[in-house]
Amino acid sequence: MSTPTTLFEKVWTDHVVVEETMATPAVLYIDLHIVHEVTTPQAFSVLRSQGLPVRRPDLTLATLDHSTPTTPVSTFKDLLVAGEGAANQVRQMEQNCEDFGLDLLGFGSGSRGIVHVIGPELGATQPGKTIVCGDSHSSTHGAFGALAFGIGTTEVGHVLATQCLLQRKPKTLAINVDGALPPGVTAKDLILAVIGKIGVDGGTGHVIEYRGDAIRALDMEARMTICNMSIEGGARAGMIAPDDTTIEYLQGRPRVPQGAEWEAGVARWQGLRTDDGARFDKSVTINASKLTPMVTFGTNPGMVVGIDEPVPDATDASFRKALDYMQVEPGKPMTEAAVDIVFVGSCTNGRLSDIEEAARVLEGRKIAPGVRMLVVPGSEQVKAAAEARGLDKVIIAAGAEWREAGCSMCIGMNGDIAQPGQLSVSTSNRNFEGRQGIGARTVLASPATAAASAVAGHVADPRSYA
Amino acid sequence: MNPVTTIRSRTVALPTRDIDTDQIIAARFLTTTSKDGLGKNAFFDLRYNKDGSLNEDFVLNRPAAEGCRILVAGNNFGCGSSREHAPWALLDYGFEAVISTEIADIFRSNSLKNGLVAIVVDVETHRWLLDNPGAEITIDVESTTITLPDGSAIEFAMDGFARHCLLEGIDQLGFLSKQQERIEMFEEARSWKP
Ligand code: SF4
Repeated sequence: MSTPTTLFEKVWTDHVVVEETMATPAVLYIDLHIVHEVTTPQAFSVLRSQGLPVRRPDLTLATLDHSTPTTPVSTFKDLLVAGEGAANQVRQMEQNCEDFGLDLLGFGSGSRGIVHVIGPELGATQPGKTIVCGDSHSSTHGAFGALAFGIGTTEVGHVLATQCLLQRKPKTLAINVDGALPPGVTAKDLILAVIGKIGVDGGTGHVIEYRGDAIRALDMEARMTICNMSIEGGARAGMIAPDDTTIEYLQGRPRVPQGAEWEAGVARWQGLRTDDGARFDKSVTINASKLTPMVTFGTNPGMVVGIDEPVPDATDASFRKALDYMQVEPGKPMTEAAVDIVFVGSCTNGRLSDIEEAARVLEGRKIAPGVRMLVVPGSEQVKAAAEARGLDKVIIAAGAEWREAGCSMCIGMNGDIAQPGQLSVSTSNRNFEGRQGIGARTVLASPATAAASAVAGHVADPRSYA
Repeated sequence: MNPVTTIRSRTVALPTRDIDTDQIIAARFLTTTSKDGLGKNAFFDLRYNKDGSLNEDFVLNRPAAEGCRILVAGNNFGCGSSREHAPWALLDYGFEAVISTEIADIFRSNSLKNGLVAIVVDVETHRWLLDNPGAEITIDVESTTITLPDGSAIEFAMDGFARHCLLEGIDQLGFLSKQQERIEMFEEARSWKP
């Protein structure tokens, strides 16, 4: 009998072109490369200067998301809303795609959107694939049992030119989530709790596999939210073994194989799981049934508390600096913090179910006076699907803004930012100093918590708005 | 990439832990299409006050930091995004090496590919370096050692391939391109096609 192996090891082994040795890393084949306007210009310049083509345009998915306005775009002038640098970057991406023969999912294509939203939605993300993108939240695609991780621009150039990367094999970390999430507690709350437990560097050097009953019970969009934030625990990738939920989600999507190839794919995917007795380098267990809605209080995603718990006391200078920046007091719950701006969107929580979750809270209510709320769909498809359900009307009637697809306030590159000192409740993934604008104070939360906070005017428990 | 063999410099210490890539180079400076000129925006929100004036209290703005090419940072330096603009900005600013007790995976990989020597040391050495900012130390990539002012040498771990690339100034794309035949064979032989 062969040695039991983990899901990660199975996918890794299947993509090794040249084995690693002491002297050299492995050459790893990449099945899907997603590219966007911000982390690729310098890579295309290298290809140009060396006279190299893109080796596999058919395995490359190109879109525009990071520095695009969330107001409608049809002319260059519309792009300038996001600033001249951003507008030029978009134009250069369009040119690069044309010059290198890449099919760009651009404005009005109906398929444009955040890199990690469109991959799954088009069915390009599939179990067992290796997937990379010049964005650290590439870990999202691991929700399908793919090995997916973020890379730098030099590596973007490597994949464009050779469809391969030089990689050392990472270690493995099992995160077992037992029990069931209580009503009103979501995948976002769960992953924030996980990061709070392992710390922002707990996964460094590791690939996480999320396992256990609470994970199996999640739908695909919730699984994507979980895997998305693996990088916030320091891990480059997070994976969940594919099952019937995965296959059901993928069936009929435009880029999945058809007919006999689909059948073969399904058969192969069903074998993609960790064998009994396989060893992980580390493992952590969490009980989901004890969790409450979670919010961050500091300046990294590991500084997190339950919505009704007090903010802990500072333990060192870095912690104190974070509390000072956030203007929060230890000993008090975050529900006392007044809210200026609320953002629902991003590759963490910008899919249809997230917008539905926010709309359920907003339905028949108004956001508090003085609060601004932006709801930004993760893709043009998400936007269309939400509008088909009338969610845009609910959102607008509540006094929030319904925008065009993009990264928006997750990274604040397109002019969608919070003002200095403002408190933002955000469904994105990073509460770093200045992430959402100079001096902006970010509280990470689920879409339900974000919407409840917009209505209340302070950080609020969504369970009171069910 | 130019070969990197030894770096001899005074150090500057930034003891805060979990310094993320957004602090190293904020997103609003990423709307560039080149690698050049990012140094002026490195640590921008720490170096400048809200009114645009220089923050004299920030360690990099103090006269002692002038000309320091080695940054000693708190644990888990470079966490966060995959932006290679972070090492580009640090190099352009004038840093040649970063030392911490832990350096985030993607940042470290990006740094080494650009000749920014990212080094992880033990807690004790780190403590000493943080407590003695301005110490003149020597980093030797060949022997993977740091030599402290008293002459004691501390070894650090570095992946053999990364070390080789630094010493020889090897461009990894050239190395990968030489695998062309193996890559084609792999594509041919696969049992399934993506
Ligand atoms: S939404 Fe945020 S994290 Fe996701 S791809 Fe865009 S910038 Fe990156």
